[in-house]
Amino acid sequence: MPTNETTAHETGEAQAAATVAGAGGPAGARGGTSVSLRDLTRAFGAARALNEMSLEIAPGELVALLGPSGCGKTTALRIVAGFEYADAGQVLIDGKDVSGVPAAKRDMGMVFQSYSLFPNMSALDNVAFGLRMRKVGGGARRKRAAELLDMVGLSAQAGQWPHQLSGGQQQRVALARALAIEPRVLLLDEPLSALDAKVRLQLREQIRTLQQRLGTTTLFVTHDQEEALSMADRVGVMRAGRLEQVAEPAELYSRPATAFVAEFVGTMNRLPAELGGGGTVVTVLGTTVPTQEGGPSSGPVDALVRPENLTVAVAEAGDGIVTGRTFLGAVTRVAVRLSGDTEVAVDVSSAAAAAMAPGTAVQVSLPAAPVLVAPRSSD
Amino acid sequence: MAALTRPAPAAPAGLAQAKNRRRRSRPVWRWVVLLVTAVYFLLPLWGALRFSGISAFGGVISEAGFGSSLWLSVRLAIVTTAITLALMVPTAVYVHLRLPHLRRVLDSITILPVVIPPVVLIIGVLQIAKVAPSLQESPYLLALLYVILSMPFAYRSIDAGLRALDLKTMTEASSSLGAGWATTLWRVILPNLTTALLSATVLTVALVLGEYTMATLDLFQTFPVWIVVNDQVSAQVSVAASLLALFVTWLVLMLITLIGTRRSRRRGGGEVTLFTASAPQTIGN
Repeated sequence: MPTNETTAHETGEAQAAATVAGAGGPAGARGGTSVSLRDLTRAFGAARALNEMSLEIAPGELVALLGPSGCGKTTALRIVAGFEYADAGQVLIDGKDVSGVPAAKRDMGMVFQSYSLFPNMSALDNVAFGLRMRKVGGGARRKRAAELLDMVGLSAQAGQWPHQLSGGQQQRVALARALAIEPRVLLLDEPLSALDAKVRLQLREQIRTLQQRLGTTTLFVTHDQEEALSMADRVGVMRAGRLEQVAEPAELYSRPATAFVAEFVGTMNRLPAELGGGGTVVTVLGTTVPTQEGGPSSGPVDALVRPENLTVAVAEAGDGIVTGRTFLGAVTRVAVRLSGDTEVAVDVSSAAAAAMAPGTAVQVSLPAAPVLVAPRSSD
Repeated sequence: MAALTRPAPAAPAGLAQAKNRRRRSRPVWRWVVLLVTAVYFLLPLWGALRFSGISAFGGVISEAGFGSSLWLSVRLAIVTTAITLALMVPTAVYVHLRLPHLRRVLDSITILPVVIPPVVLIIGVLQIAKVAPSLQESPYLLALLYVILSMPFAYRSIDAGLRALDLKTMTEASSSLGAGWATTLWRVILPNLTTALLSATVLTVALVLGEYTMATLDLFQTFPVWIVVNDQVSAQVSVAASLLALFVTWLVLMLITLIGTRRSRRRGGGEVTLFTASAPQTIGN
């Protein structure tokens, strides 16, 4: 799992960022802002987009809201930005309720999913727009805008029109534009989703580097778990207008609080299991292990186990048959059909997987670590 | 083998020739259609030009009433355009942003002036104008009527311009950067609507400069009324004046589309016509 700590390789870009931040320049000069969402509720007709959602974001922290379409993550972001209102609840910035403050006065920089540069302005003028609204003089404005374009590595494109820039460049200009106003909070609404995989990877590293250097409190909305887990200090997984779990990426992955989180983040096997000891232990694949908190204590259940937490070995008398293999580099994901037609995926070293051709009889087993259980799926 | 293989290339060649014939025949039909259309539109103009004679064009300016009627029409065009844009732009922007479900309703409302007879419109406006008797005698009453008449054209131009923009995102981006509603309209929306606004302006001006029924019913001598009245005094000069007005309007329309297209291409858009504007393209990821 990535640790999300940027290594301090002093690229020209990063040096420029340090220069700008040090020069009493853009974001971060304020030393970070805390954001608090308290019991936010928002309904669109009969549909509840947010259902008493609460979240605390520490100064300088990057929190990602992750969830499927329609879970309410964008609504939450738009309420923080001031583009939507909450039917109930509060948005506190540094402890002050801003629910009634219009978007233009909230001091928040935002990067949108769609390309949002003003087509009638050059890249430089786009970045300078927010400064102009703050009555910064022409010379200082252009100088600051040029510094920010340099920070995102687009000095050479300062005079170009938005249509002359690629999608990735446009989003970098949009990022510079959002940071130019020294925002109290940076809001990112799926800014990478319109870009191709390679550009997305580059830009996400750049956003994270800048965010850490400038120390800007950031709320990032995405449906891409890889993006959320690799960029955020903490990830909030949303479902039906509520936060199911807010945790650091590693914890979210290894100790999911609910079955939904477990299955939404990463790959998860569902294995038929038997509860015992009043719900404190569970028997899976013939092994009895303690149950993790958060699951039911009675009734038919499935154990949720990650592919890397299972072991598999070739065994003549094993109760599983290999049905397929997917090479992932150092590891290979082996698909096994267990008795009872249960399909499981198990990660093994690619060297060991060489002996597990489809059709091979194998034995799948579970190490004695606590597992999360969920009500049995009807599938 | 040879006998079997020889006909094979012949068949595609025959097909290709047939295709070529069809391809060649298409442009001919296009030219025929173009020619018929051109004759339909240009023949009356040529007839008018022959009737008036070139010398009549010189006499147009010195003709009695020409200056005053043209000046009245120009003033009416300016006032009408100003009121139309001041009403239609914020309305269209607001509907696009906040009440998109009402776009169809607005579409239907703005087309009403085309189906309602001018006499009905005049009676309606006169009834309303009773609250301000001075307005009833003022030629600017006509401007109010012209605002209604130009609504279908002006709205469609502005609507087409707004459809080509990602208005919601642009407005929200501007707002998040600290711009108020008026600043967003002035610095972000209007500069990206220039072509649409120019189209709306030209169509409104063309309508005002050519409108006869309302002006004559309201007893004001605008430029078109002068042309008809003067026709009884000097028919050749009147026809020359009509041709002149037509030519100037056409020239302005051409200039607008040329300038609009050039501006649009500079910012990544496509060709500009009076009712459409292409959204800017991005060069990829």
